[in-house]
Amino acid sequence: MIELTIDGKRVQARKGEHLLAIARREGVEIPTLCHHEAVEPSGACRMCMVEVTRPDWEGWSKLVTACNFPAEEDLIVRTRTDKVMQTRKEILELLIARTPGSQLIAEMAREYGLDHPTLTVGELSEKCILCDICTRVCQNLVTGAISRINRGVEKEVNTPFAEVSDVCIGCLACAKSCPTDAIEFKQVGLERTIWGRTFDLVPCTQCGAPTLPKEQAEWLSERTGMKVEEYFVCVKCKAAQTARTYENIAW
Amino acid sequence: MKLTLDTFHKFQKEQAARLEGRKAITVCCGTSCRAKGGLDVASAIQTKLKDAGLDENAVELTQTGCHGWCEMGPIVTVEPEGTFYQQVKVEDADAIVASYTKGNAEEKLLYRDPTTRQRVASYHAIPFYAGQTRWALRNVGRVDPANINDSIARGSYVALNRALTSMTPEGVLNEVAEAKLRGRGGGGFDAGRKWRSAAKAPGFPKYIICNGDEGDPGAFMDRTIMEGDPHGVLEGMILAAFAVGSNQGYIYVRQEYPLAVEHLRQAIKDAHAMGLLGDNILGTEFSFDVRIARGGGAFVCGESSALMRSIEGKVGEPRAKYVHATDKGLNDKPTVLNNVETYVNVPLIVEKGSQWFANTGTDKSKGTKAFSVVGKVLHSGLIEVPMGTTLRELIFDIAGGIPGKNRQFKAVQTGGPSGGCLPEKMLDLPVDFDSLADNGSMMGSGGLIVMDDRNCIVDVARYFVHFLVEESCGKCVPCREGLRHLLDVLERITQGKGKMSDLDTIERLCDVLENGSLCALGKSAANPVRSTLRYFRKEYEEHINEHFCKAGVCPALCTYKINDQCTGCTLCAKVCPTHCISGSRKEKHVIDQAKCIQCGSCFDVCNFNAIDILGSNG
Ligand SMILES: Cc1cc2nc3c(=O)[nH]c(=O)nc-3n(C[C@H](O)[C@H](O)[C@H](O)COP(=O)(O)O)c2cc1C
Ligand code: SF4
Ligand code: SF4
Ligand code: SF4
Ligand code: FES
Repeated sequence: MIELTIDGKRVQARKGEHLLAIARREGVEIPTLCHHEAVEPSGACRMCMVEVTRPDWEGWSKLVTACNFPAEEDLIVRTRTDKVMQTRKEILELLIARTPGSQLIAEMAREYGLDHPTLTVGELSEKCILCDICTRVCQNLVTGAISRINRGVEKEVNTPFAEVSDVCIGCLACAKSCPTDAIEFKQVGLERTIWGRTFDLVPCTQCGAPTLPKEQAEWLSERTGMKVEEYFVCVKCKAAQTARTYENIAW
Repeated sequence: MKLTLDTFHKFQKEQAARLEGRKAITVCCGTSCRAKGGLDVASAIQTKLKDAGLDENAVELTQTGCHGWCEMGPIVTVEPEGTFYQQVKVEDADAIVASYTKGNAEEKLLYRDPTTRQRVASYHAIPFYAGQTRWALRNVGRVDPANINDSIARGSYVALNRALTSMTPEGVLNEVAEAKLRGRGGGGFDAGRKWRSAAKAPGFPKYIICNGDEGDPGAFMDRTIMEGDPHGVLEGMILAAFAVGSNQGYIYVRQEYPLAVEHLRQAIKDAHAMGLLGDNILGTEFSFDVRIARGGGAFVCGESSALMRSIEGKVGEPRAKYVHATDKGLNDKPTVLNNVETYVNVPLIVEKGSQWFANTGTDKSKGTKAFSVVGKVLHSGLIEVPMGTTLRELIFDIAGGIPGKNRQFKAVQTGGPSGGCLPEKMLDLPVDFDSLADNGSMMGSGGLIVMDDRNCIVDVARYFVHFLVEESCGKCVPCREGLRHLLDVLERITQGKGKMSDLDTIERLCDVLENGSLCALGKSAANPVRSTLRYFRKEYEEHINEHFCKAGVCPALCTYKINDQCTGCTLCAKVCPTHCISGSRKEKHVIDQAKCIQCGSCFDVCNFNAIDILGSNG
């Protein structure tokens, strides 16, 4: 264990532990947009900036991202200095200009006193802040069907060459993890459409309600060893099944 | 034939003796001279030599790398006299060989000094070369890069032989550290310190990488070195590998440099065959091999972490990690990444000693630096000078100053697209890593763009920001979004739609770029804007408040008018691309403002100062 200071408070941590994790444990609020527990840090949004220094740095300090900066002995971390607050505010202003329609960004901006953004505003329909969460989730946990394509301002999240993906399993993990609900998907009856591909949802073997795409069930079965068919029972029926099992035992 | 520590010395002496007093005609076959027919010139001279009954024992014909003065190409020299022929054509082969047999020089092909109007006989008397100290470029233009014996004759691998015979890895490390060699590719990081960290780091294998991505537009020193002295680069890398304890190296070369790749491949093959690379180098226990990795084509791929990801076969995006590559670099193993020019200096240090090296340069920047000087100078090209040489010496004494009768120096951009612009009052600044950084610019990889009073400073800033917008990888918010808005504001100003509050917006965007960006591309992207605003604020204000671009560049903010000095020489009317200048001979001419596109061609040709550049409303 090592000791460091966060906003004046001495705290204990493992060496190399990321500052964000330590701060959250200690109840110190640091805003994030591209952080997601399930995947490695990306460092893309820059909202989690904090100022760090050390006793031996003779007053010199630097801004670093808390989500991936490793803790070290005697580090002094300040999470709300003028420079930190100003940088976060500017980043929010840049994001408002990119996604003027995003609720989440608008709320955060208000917290940072950004009442009158001055930069030229982009399209209202744009919601993606390119935080890279969906792509990291899909790449690290699912099949890697989507990635960030193109460079610079042209960058966007999509399937390779923006073509219909044959590795997407229609699991919606990307859409569900997006902080700004930027990924569109549609589910009507026994059909689910995402990234331009429509998946047939297998009806529940017991009640006929939609369950999962076959592709997703197969993918899961390969990894869990469970039979594919076992996934074709809807949540409700599964709960009922479980309840019945317990009733049988209880009797 | 594989050389060993025992046989190298003798072999090297033999090759050097062959070179001593050798008679040779060299033809530059670098990328640019090649494009201008260098190869044809070489074969024409070869034929004429044969016709004249001169075989290779009488005179050798050597195809060399680039002399760094491409506007003079194809360049032919005669050794050992150092006769320098410029802009040689196939038809000149006859005359060159004829005067060679007579033992004199072909006058009309010699360089003519623009001030004295005199022909200059030798390379060494031409100011462009005489003012230089060519260390990194020592073999470029002198050896045939495809012939390893040529390089060995001029001393390649002598340092390696010395290190393997009588030095420990620690000894080589100390030598480089004491020479205070700093990285030539960007930040000027202490190479010895970097090597020591990698040597100490736990983990195996360790990697040595050479950065030959050279993304700065207009810069070509690394290309020139890789093409013209591939063995110099290899030897530097081998010495680094010995010092650090590495067995595998990579040279990362950008896609657009096919000739560099060809010459490096050949050099690797030849070095292998002679036992200078591969298993058991020079018969010792030390083994090291080098592979070539082709660049991903983006400017950002030259950045350390992006480059390593690209070699790993991943997307060339910078990686956000607070660990050093010397601990976890390529494949998360200890890695040394240095620039081409950094490596090529290493053999010099090992051969001649750190003291010798450190005697040249300034207090904190030792040795020399090669610059690629372009823009409004009489002679653009590669110029290598000791650290601490002033900008004035570089631009005026060596590069020949600003061309054009009435043109004035305005600014020099150093350090490539994310460097800064320095004004006239900084011309006497001794150039080194720190002096440039202290004044809002940077050394970068050594790009130097000279600008005169016909360059608009706002437009210059806009140009560089535009380049960076195109090259930003787009991963992090400050750089991807901030640059876009910065470009937006600068474009507004050049179009006459600027407000004074835009200058504050610029400062704000520069702050978030510097403080918030993930990698050095974004962090340094504010430099061109900051420095122009710092030194040329008045020009920004003129654009905004007076709708006046005094350089006559921003079309919305200038008008060209002919004044009473006009002699009616008709020159301007002849060059105007829209034919909007009228007037009879010997009478004052008039520009039709409705048709004028503000290109400034008339202004540039007028010999009588008869054309004024005025604000948009005349
Ligand atoms: C956007 C960007 C582009 C870069 N391009 C190059 C390059 O083309 N060549 C190079 O040697 N270094 C380049 N660098 C610097 C490298 O990251 C690295 O610092 C350098 O190769 C280290 O070698 P040195 O210490 O010998 O200079 C670049 C840096 C950035 C941020
Ligand atoms: S729905 Fe497709 S793209 Fe989204 S996480 Fe699942 S597999 Fe990946
Ligand atoms: S779609 Fe959502 S999760 Fe994916 S990068 Fe955009 S904002 Fe982030
Ligand atoms: S600073 Fe620019 S180039 Fe570097 S990671 Fe961020 S977006 Fe990419
Ligand atoms: S949460 Fe750290 S950079 Fe986004």
